[in-house]
This record gives sequence, C-alpha cells and structure tokens, in this order.
Amino acid sequence: MSGTALRLPWWADYILLPLLNLLLALLAAGLVVVATGENPLDAVVTMVNGAFGSGEGIGYTLYYATDMIYTGLAVAVAFHCGLFNIGAEGQAYIAGLGVALVCLYLDFLPFWLVLPLAIAGAALFGAGYAAIPGWLQAKRGSHIVITTIMTNFIAYAAMEYILVNVLIKPGQMSPETRYFAPNAVLPKMDAMFAAIGVDIAATPLNLAFVVALLCIALVWVLIWHTRWGYSLRVVGASPRAAVYAGIAPAGRVIQAMLLSGALAGGVALNEVMGAQGKLLINFPSGYGFTGIAVALMGRNHPLGVLIAAILFGALYQGGAELTFDMPAISPYLVVALQGLVILFTGGLATMLRPALVRALRIGAGAR
Amino acid sequence: MVASPARQRDATAPAVELRGIDKRFGTVHANRSVDLVVQRGHIHGLIGENGAGKSTLMSILYGFYTADSGDILVGGKEVRIAESRDAIAAGIEMVHQHFMLVDPMTVLENVILGVEGGALLRRHVPKAREELRRISAEYGLNVDPDAVVGDLPVGAQQRVEILKALYRGAEILILDEPTGVLTPQEATDLFRVLAALRAQGKTVILVTHKLREIMAITDRVSVMRAGQMVGHRDTADTSREELGELMIGRKLATRLDKAPANIGAVALEVRGLSVRDIQGVQRVKDVSFAVRAGEIVGIAGVSGNGQTELMEALAGMRRLEAGSVTVGGATVSAEHPAFADRLRKLGMAHVPEDRLRTGLVPAFAARESAILGYQDDPMYSRGPLLDWPGIDRHTQGLMEKYEVKPPISRLRGALFSGGNQQKLIMAREMERDPTVLLVGQPTRGVDIGGIDFIHRRLIAMRDRGKAILLVSVELDEILRLSDRILVMFDGRLVGELLPENADERQLGLLMAGAA
Repeated sequence: MSGTALRLPWWADYILLPLLNLLLALLAAGLVVVATGENPLDAVVTMVNGAFGSGEGIGYTLYYATDMIYTGLAVAVAFHCGLFNIGAEGQAYIAGLGVALVCLYLDFLPFWLVLPLAIAGAALFGAGYAAIPGWLQAKRGSHIVITTIMTNFIAYAAMEYILVNVLIKPGQMSPETRYFAPNAVLPKMDAMFAAIGVDIAATPLNLAFVVALLCIALVWVLIWHTRWGYSLRVVGASPRAAVYAGIAPAGRVIQAMLLSGALAGGVALNEVMGAQGKLLINFPSGYGFTGIAVALMGRNHPLGVLIAAILFGALYQGGAELTFDMPAISPYLVVALQGLVILFTGGLATMLRPALVRALRIGAGAR
Repeated sequence: MVASPARQRDATAPAVELRGIDKRFGTVHANRSVDLVVQRGHIHGLIGENGAGKSTLMSILYGFYTADSGDILVGGKEVRIAESRDAIAAGIEMVHQHFMLVDPMTVLENVILGVEGGALLRRHVPKAREELRRISAEYGLNVDPDAVVGDLPVGAQQRVEILKALYRGAEILILDEPTGVLTPQEATDLFRVLAALRAQGKTVILVTHKLREIMAITDRVSVMRAGQMVGHRDTADTSREELGELMIGRKLATRLDKAPANIGAVALEVRGLSVRDIQGVQRVKDVSFAVRAGEIVGIAGVSGNGQTELMEALAGMRRLEAGSVTVGGATVSAEHPAFADRLRKLGMAHVPEDRLRTGLVPAFAARESAILGYQDDPMYSRGPLLDWPGIDRHTQGLMEKYEVKPPISRLRGALFSGGNQQKLIMAREMERDPTVLLVGQPTRGVDIGGIDFIHRRLIAMRDRGKAILLVSVELDEILRLSDRILVMFDGRLVGELLPENADERQLGLLMAGAA
C-alpha cells in the first residue's frame, strides 16, 4: 500500500519535474548574474541566442552535445547494471590513445577502413580500461565508485607520460601528436553537407555526432530488447533475483563496464579524430563528469540522455557566448552557472518531487 | 516517563475512537468512512484480508499517513496526528511486523534510542536501566538489557520492541501481525505479555489475519473488507466461521479436499547435504531426504534454522559444501555445481520465500518478471530480440489463469499486493510444468482467499504427479498440505511425521529442538 503513496504520472516524472528543476537552476543562476551587476534576462537571451540563434551556434551546441551523449550513455548503461561509473573521463582519455594509434600508424589505409578501425580502437581501449574497475568490482568487491575515481587519475598520469615522452611530435613544446593525415580525420558536418550541395556554418561538428545518434538507438535496443540487456537490468535492480534466475551477476557487471567504457570512448572519436585531428593533452576536459549529470537528468534513458546532452551542449555554447558579450561575467562564472544546473537537475533532481506529489494529489482530489 | 497533559484522559472514554476515516491513494479508496472504537484496557483485534485497509487505518492512527477526512479521538479528546511524533505524544506506539531495531546495539541502547534524555548518556543510562528492569518485571518481559539485539532470537527482539514502546510511555499499543515470525511457544509467550498489559490497563490493538489468535486473546474484534469496516463483535459472541465469512464476504472452505497421494518414483534426492552461508556459518548440516513424484513433503521449522539455505542450495543459488542433489537424472555436488539456469532445464522450479527481493523485481513490469529465470528460453525471443508482444500475451494468459489482479502486464511488480505478486510467481513457475517444485513460504502475507487458491493449485500439481518440497513456518499450512512432514532445527532434520499423526504441540517441541 505504501508503494502507491509516491506515484506520479509519467509526464510529471519525465517532463514536468526536469523542467521545474531547470527553472530553479536558472533562477539561482539569475541571482548570481544580478550579483555581477548584469541583467539576468539579457544573459538568458544571450545564452539562448548563442546556443540556438545561428547555424554556427547550433553546430557548436551539437558538437558539445556529442561528447555528452557518449559519456551520458556510458554512465546510463553502467547504471542499469547497478554501477555508478565515475570513470568515463579516464576511459575516454585512454580511448584517445586507441584512436590516435590507428590514425597515426594505419593512415596508409583508405578512410573507409580507418574509420571502423578507429571506432574499434576507441571502443576497445575505453572498454579495456573500464574492464579493470569492472573486474575489481565483480571479483574482488572493490567499490566501483572508488576504483573508477582512481583509474581516472591513473589515466591522466599515463596519458601525460605517453604524450610527453612517446607520442609527442618531435621538435615542439606542447605535448600533442602530429596532425593526422586527411584520410584519418572524421569529416566535418559542413563538409558533408557541402558534398550534397547544402551550405551550413563551419563548426567542429563532425561525423561522430551521427555515430552518437546510432549509439543512442543501439543502447535502447540492447537494454530493453535483448536477453542480455534484460539480464543486465535484473542484476542492476536485484542481484538476488539475478542469482535466482540463473544470471551470474559478476559476468554482467564486467560486461556492463565494457560497454560503458566503449561508449565513453566515443568522446575520443569526436575530439581526437573529429574536432582536433590530433591527440592532445586533457582532451576529455570534464565531459566524463558532465555525463553523470546528463545521465541523471536523462533518467538513464537513451532519449533522455539525448535531450539532456543537447541542453548541456547549449549551456556550454551559450555560456561561451555569454563571456564574449558580457565582460562582467568571467568564464569561471559560466562554469559556476553550469554547476548550478548540474546541482539542481542532477544532485537535487528529486528535491521537488514530494511537493509535486502533494500538489498533484490535491489537484486530483479537487476534480 | 512523565505523562504530558495530552495524556490525561477521561477514564470512561474509549482509548481510541476513529470517526469517518477516509483515505484515497489516487484511484485506490483504501479507507471508506471507517469507524472504530477501542475500549480502554481491551485487547482489540483488527482483521481483514491483505489490502482490506487495516494497515492504512493503523498507519493513519500512527501518523504515517494523514486521513483525507475523519476524526481521531484519544481518551475522548480530539487529536491531530500528522506524524508519528504526534501519535507518540498521544501515548500510541506501534510494533511493526519488521522490527525497527539497530542490530549491533544492546537492548538498553535500542530502548533509549530517541529518548536519550540529553547529549551525554552517562547520567541518563543508570536511570534508564532501572526503569527498564521495572517494566520488564511488571509485564514479564524478560530480556537481558546488555544483550546485543542482533544476537537475540526473533521472539526476544519482539519483546525489545514492546519494551521500547512501554519505556516511551505507551498507553495504546498497536501490534502489526506480531506472530508471523514466532514459534507457537513464542506466540504463547507473547499472548501472556499482552494479557499482562491488559491487566495493567493498557490498550492493545492487534492487527492480524489469523483467526485463531483473534479467538484466543482478544476481547473485541473489528473486521475490515475492501476498505470498509464490515462488523464489530465481542469475541465471546462470535466464531471463526463468522469472522472468516465477514472477512472474505463468503463462506470459507474449512477443509481442503485432498485425494490420497499417488506416489511415484523419487524425483528429488538429497544426500548428506551441508551448506554454509556468506559468513561461513554452517547452516545446513548433513541433511538427507527424498521427494517422490506425486507427494508434497513439508519442512516445518522456525525461520532461521537452515530452511532458507537448504532451499537456495537446492535451487542452485548457493554452493553446496558437501553432499549431493539428484534431480532430472543429473547429480549436483560441490565438485559438479549447477546454477539456477541449469537446474531449471533439469525440471526444477522454485517459488522463493522472499518474493520481493528474489522471486520478482519490484521495479520491473509484471511482464518482465513473468519471464524471470526463463529469459533465455527461445519461446520468449524473436531472433536476437525479446518478443515483447508475445511475452505480453503470455503474461496475460498467466494472469487470467491464476487470477492475478489487476491483470495489467505492464504494471510494476511493486504495485501488486503481496498475494497477487505471489500468484504471478506461482503462475510463472508452475506453468512451466516442472518435475520438482520448491516452494518457500507460499502464503506469507497473502490474504485468506489467496491462500486457498494457492493451496488448491499446489494440491492440483501434486495430483498431476509432481514432486513438491514445501517450506513454511505456518504450521496450519504444513499440516494442511503435506503428505509427509520433516522438521528442521539448527540445520538438521530432527523428525519425520505423517500429518495424520502430528499434533501442533509435538511439532512445536520438535521445532524448538526440545524433543
């Protein structure tokens, strides 16, 4: 009986509640903007315009969103198996190595061979790196949150070493590889559209965005429409029920982390092979962590992840515009604003829920 | 504890009076204008099937929920109970079915939890110990104040819950299904305590679905059905039959028509089985028995004597330490383990005792739980993908055949009542036509109508020549269904009886390890 007490219609849970959270975050952010002496309404207009007001703005928004689709999906998949993968950042970083090795050393191959190899490189390196905390959790009981945090640090250190000492382009100071050959770089979206005679603004948005959309569909099918996804969700929802059903939880935990890491590797595709055309230091720049908020806000559903990723992409892009147009607002302040959105939509995601339950119940009673 | 002004009450007024309590959860009308009068110094029974609204009513009295309308009077004075704190202030305490105790703490620490009387314990504790001793003596509640709660048997833990309530100055005590976890002897002890409480002028509200307890101990009884109060009776003027009829709204079949068992070949053979739990404690000790086709073998025992581990080991959920299990022509042992998926293919089906954590996934839709354990069966797939429309039809079929309500295959498991969850699990396991069926606590928390249905299904299955191993802490159930009874105590089988020769006293003594 008590289970029925906190039920909400689906639209309240999936649409109304996130929108209210976003509104709260904007209100709080507005107060911060007021404190800087700027007009918060102008700031909102600037951000929305910056993110969606031009072809260029939309291109950048989707480019940022691409990274967050990958990391959001990575976190969501792990979550369905009951795992909190904090390590998408490190997994994406290591995946960059996989992509770079293919693009640097197999660039004698034509693009249509380099592309699948690079995708495989990103997925394998990301998955392989995620397998370590996965195995530790499954076989040794080491908590995945702790181990993924630690593997992030190891990834930073290892990649810095490799970039500074091994892969650096000789004769330069900055720790990054040479540019990849043109046939080992993902085509930009503007170039692809130009090929079919459509003219769009030039942005870093590239083929990795299309792959990300495919990943959304793939994850949806895998999680809800395959036996494997079913068993994964059983393990996540109730390990005892899994044992009862003859599903070995340890195996699924490792497999879920493999898929999670492979998805995180998509960031390397977008950044290394797409936007940059080279491997450079610290390219994941926090997308792995933003992915946690994206997954939380998207309720771990692939479509939710897509919507949340676009929202966060817009925040990144609109925030960048904001610092251009409003000198009083520093880039740090923009980060703080993004933090507020993460706080309200992620950390405090269910804060308003009891109030909403009460409000809707009163509403239902009045009818 | 000092009585607050709110507790001063009119000696002649009823201890508790509920007037026109109404409560809805969305479309569910859980309480419809319910009236209840509980006299001071009475043991008042509240019975009804699961989902009849008794838990909701008591939750309103205890402040877990707030009624949509209606009044609550305590000692003749109207009170507003918005949260548990208000109920406690009015002298109402509740002993929950699942104890609210901190296992690693001592009895004394548990009792003073929340009423420590200051930031520093040192000054308060000796007084508390004295008070505890006085209450223990007064009501015959013998518990060592320095024992660690987690080490105590269930019956003693329950006494701690009652002590806790009395220590807080309870005048009115609500007990929710208090005997569900007790041996017959422990239940008798509990009733003695309740009688002592009554003698001291305390008021007890006993929520139960066991008619026998109502008849044995209460002064007056109120019956609920479908959210409404359907009758109040003085216990002396009523009978089990009348109460049963009031509860389910029709006559209750008192006896189960059971044809003599038509026993066939051995279907499940267990030899020298030993099992350890996660902590490494040996819970099943050198157990041997066989179950033949066409018979129900019941394992009686107080919960926690190894039945859980035995069933889990047989079902492939737990490693065997020693011994072997033969089923479907294959022998499983420590050297040749088999997991649940393999055992299912060998013809073993399992209705687990913990249905919410094991038998289904509460967060899953019914159709998802309806294939749990059989998810890899090709009949639920189309190529590489799960065939959800087909699974929907299959679930609908199960729901119709086993009268699962509501028959909505996409409804989350947690939103079904206990009895309907159980029927869904039984449907899933029994419709696979296994050769051996393991059943743990099939009717725990299931209402009387549901119990009857489940029992008939089990008998029908036995009559179709299936071997059934039943574990239950309900003696009535064991006696009603079993063709043979094994008694388990401290991990061993300590007796084998035929139900026609077994009486409850003898079984109770075996279960307590005293025979």
